[in-house]
Amino acid sequence: MDKSEANVFLDAKGLNCPMPVLKTKKALDTMQPGQILFVEATDKGAKADINAMLKRTGHELLDAGEKDNVFTFFIKKV
Amino acid sequence: MEEKKKKRMAIIASKGTLDMAYPPLILASTAVAMDVEVGIFFTLYGVDIVNKKKYHSLKVAPIANPAMPSPIPFPNILGVLPGMTAMASMMMKGMIKKINWPSIPELMDVCLESGVRMIACTPTLEMTGVSKNDLLEGVEVAGAAEFLDFALDANISLFV
Repeated sequence: MDKSEANVFLDAKGLNCPMPVLKTKKALDTMQPGQILFVEATDKGAKADINAMLKRTGHELLDAGEKDNVFTFFIKKV
Repeated sequence: MEEKKKKRMAIIASKGTLDMAYPPLILASTAVAMDVEVGIFFTLYGVDIVNKKKYHSLKVAPIANPAMPSPIPFPNILGVLPGMTAMASMMMKGMIKKINWPSIPELMDVCLESGVRMIACTPTLEMTGVSKNDLLEGVEVAGAAEFLDFALDANISLFV
């Protein structure tokens, strides 16, 4: 997926667990259903943490990637 | 359609040192982000964490705390020297800042804002002469039975 497809951008680079998850959830709470959130994080545990949070809250992970030690996530608010 | 009941976590926070203030608040804020209903019962020294006058300056002492990390080899008994607790607390605050974690006051704001239920133990307040006005806004005051009623329906119950 491309960044241009996202509605909201969250830069969580440099933040450690559990901050990436908290900020991601906070961002999702301000969005309308159907909107897409793009998140960048450097925390190694972010992938597992965000997936766990999405599993519990029901929002959809559209795409996930990793480039130059930065993890990216495209999340759709349900 | 059957409505799934929300998961619940109950935490009892009985410690008031800087290091032990983090686990309840970090777990609570993370759980809330996972749609879990959270309640923290602050008792004994834990009440300092919700006390406006005290929560800026929580301390951690190296004395009798062999798990405390130190940049140089350090005989534990030296922790009795004046200033060692202040130094250890400053060191810990530095370590926390290094991993980009919020301070306790900031973390408390995050928790209260996201709906974590905070309850201070009534007998502890009486015992230590702390009044409800000394507590942060949004903190309730209740006794053990009320909290246990909340905890009986909790999926996770923790004692810190």
